[in-house]
Amino acid sequence: MKEKATRRTLSVLVENAAGVLSQVSRLFSRKGYNIESLAVGTTDDPAVSRITIEVMADGPMTNQIMNQLRKQFPVYSVQELRPERSIRRELVMFKVKAESHDIRNEIIQIANIFRASIIDVSLKSLTLALIGDESKAQAMQGLLEPFGILELVRTGMVALERGAYTISDENKETTEFNLGKSVQ
Amino acid sequence: MRMKSPQILMECLLEQGVDTVFGYPGGTILNIYDELELHGYKEKIRHILTSHEQGASHAADGYARSTGRVGVCFATSGPGATNLTTGIATAYMDSSPVVFITVNVGESLIGKDSFQEVDITGITMPITKCNYLVRRAEDLADIIREAFAIARSGRPGPVLIDILKNVTYDEADYEPLPVSEHFRHGRLAAMLRRASHDLRTPEPDHGDIQKLLDMIEEAKKPLVLVGGGVIRSRGAVREFRKFFERLNAPVASTIMGGGACPGNHRLFTGMIGMHGSHASNTAVDQCDLLIAIGCRFSDRVATHPATFASNAKIVQIDIDRSEIDKNVPTDHHIIGDARRVLELLNEKLPAHDYPEWKEWVFSHKEVPLKKDDILHPHEILETISDVTGGKAIIATDVGQHQMWSAQYYHFSRPGQLITSGGFGTMGFGLGAAMGAKMGNPDQTVVLCTGDGCFRMNCHELSTIEHYKIPIIIVIFDNRTLGMVRQWQHLIYGERYSQTDLDRGPDFVKLAEAYGIQGARAANQAEFEAAFRQAVESGTSWVIDCAIDKDAMVHPMVSGGAPSTDFLLD
Repeated sequence: MKEKATRRTLSVLVENAAGVLSQVSRLFSRKGYNIESLAVGTTDDPAVSRITIEVMADGPMTNQIMNQLRKQFPVYSVQELRPERSIRRELVMFKVKAESHDIRNEIIQIANIFRASIIDVSLKSLTLALIGDESKAQAMQGLLEPFGILELVRTGMVALERGAYTISDENKETTEFNLGKSVQ
Repeated sequence: MRMKSPQILMECLLEQGVDTVFGYPGGTILNIYDELELHGYKEKIRHILTSHEQGASHAADGYARSTGRVGVCFATSGPGATNLTTGIATAYMDSSPVVFITVNVGESLIGKDSFQEVDITGITMPITKCNYLVRRAEDLADIIREAFAIARSGRPGPVLIDILKNVTYDEADYEPLPVSEHFRHGRLAAMLRRASHDLRTPEPDHGDIQKLLDMIEEAKKPLVLVGGGVIRSRGAVREFRKFFERLNAPVASTIMGGGACPGNHRLFTGMIGMHGSHASNTAVDQCDLLIAIGCRFSDRVATHPATFASNAKIVQIDIDRSEIDKNVPTDHHIIGDARRVLELLNEKLPAHDYPEWKEWVFSHKEVPLKKDDILHPHEILETISDVTGGKAIIATDVGQHQMWSAQYYHFSRPGQLITSGGFGTMGFGLGAAMGAKMGNPDQTVVLCTGDGCFRMNCHELSTIEHYKIPIIIVIFDNRTLGMVRQWQHLIYGERYSQTDLDRGPDFVKLAEAYGIQGARAANQAEFEAAFRQAVESGTSWVIDCAIDKDAMVHPMVSGGAPSTDFLLD
């Protein structure tokens, strides 16, 4: 019985060094997975980067990838962030055509409803920034499309687990051991 | 104390007990090679100059496989480095610990498509356990120490260190440090603070051990399957033999597990998989408990994963957790070093016996071996075994002769069979045999090869002649790419597309051109005479054995077919 592929969010702590990102992303491409979203940045420790990856995969494959990620020496910790236990946010910037006063007003109203901020304005365009998960971004995109979206850019999803528990609490050795156990 | 990088490199190799390096010099690595002369390190570290970097890479691999120590290989930038890649991948697929050291162009030339520049750390990322680009002389000693630790720890494997040429001019502080202290210093210590698992194999979970013991109690028809993990784990073979003797159940082996169970043991069912024996393949199909130790169920072992051991509970014992459930879903697994897991099992395992099950398994016989006036592959291997008392190290290339060697030569110890099981590298054998002989000067080393494979890297004949590395090369010469021909015969309607090797060279003359003695054999008596002479001479020989073009490897299960679906009996 083949499990259906769903959107999975993986959080990976890695050494902040050249080549590490390609080492991590290579594992996904080798399995034929297209990375849906990828966000990378340093953490409170400048020597450590955090990569958040979203990928469509089934359970066994996700476990495979997590185990292979853990085998990479620059990888310190790997965690799957399940949607019900985590908060996920993405920043999306929309540059929208807005050539008249009325249209600008209308767009500003939409922005207010979504609590998006206007970050740039010109006589011919408005640029909005929205923070949220994909459903919010999608809804806003649908409303802005009739005005003409000139450009759109996303940062990629970032996510954290709810509560005080952190990825660093996952002692690599013990969790791996236990995660290995739950492989179906 | 202050010293230049090349000297730091040499000192670090000596720290690791390296006495032999295989390699090939070039423009960027000149400073390292100069150091062998400059401060006389060539007296302590023997450098073997091969004919081609690929030969050096296989030699370092063969050295590692046959000794259990880390092999070392040098090459220059660009083509020197890319010529290593087949050797690196070969070592990676069979978990062989080798440290490859290359020197790239200098910092100022990096990224400019300079002469002989290539991004070798990028290229080798998927085929190394890890790799390094050394940009500062201060990092060199630390990186070398880490590289050796990683290559040999956990599931062993190749590591590549690429050093920028400008670094090889620079000086840094170097303090000697015994290997036992490496874990307390520098990068390695930092790595261990992060609890990086691969350097510290976790103690097997005792509950998991107990669960397997319970499963054994319930089983009526258990089968043990041994893989290369038991060969790689130090001291595991002794525990393994204790284990299966006490379990008293049939033992099958993958090609990489050759030597873990003595080939002539009463419990040994032979190799499993595509060219596995009838006993092994039917046993795996009918067993109710499969205990796989250090084996990853490759497609040549589990030819059809969905039906593989479908009547059994499958238990996988492996040091690498990413292998669990990768190819075949299992019912239970134990993560740990094979030696330790087996030790814990042996502490509690009572003696068992399964007379009916064993009788059934061993009732499956192979097709009788032919005996007439032409030379048959099994006769070659029987003769090698008889003359050397079954003690010789056998290196092989890839193809029919490889399968025959695995089937007919009875291996009795780990490191005795040197073969490219995972990557299937034609041309692996001669380099690997050379490395095995360097690491085991007291052992007779025989290379079983085919005419196709041997032609790929036969230029290493000049290396074994120059350094007087005695290897007996036995060519299973059928004037064709035998294994591919076998597939063409069985599956492709006898259309022998591009597999006939009806061409030179004359291997005996070729050997003579390299200053090596050669002989021909067309029947078993001729072969035995030539082989005895070769063994007694203590020098290298090439024995060209004329075998039947249509000789096939029996039995055979096609790729993708269930284990007992024999295409050829």
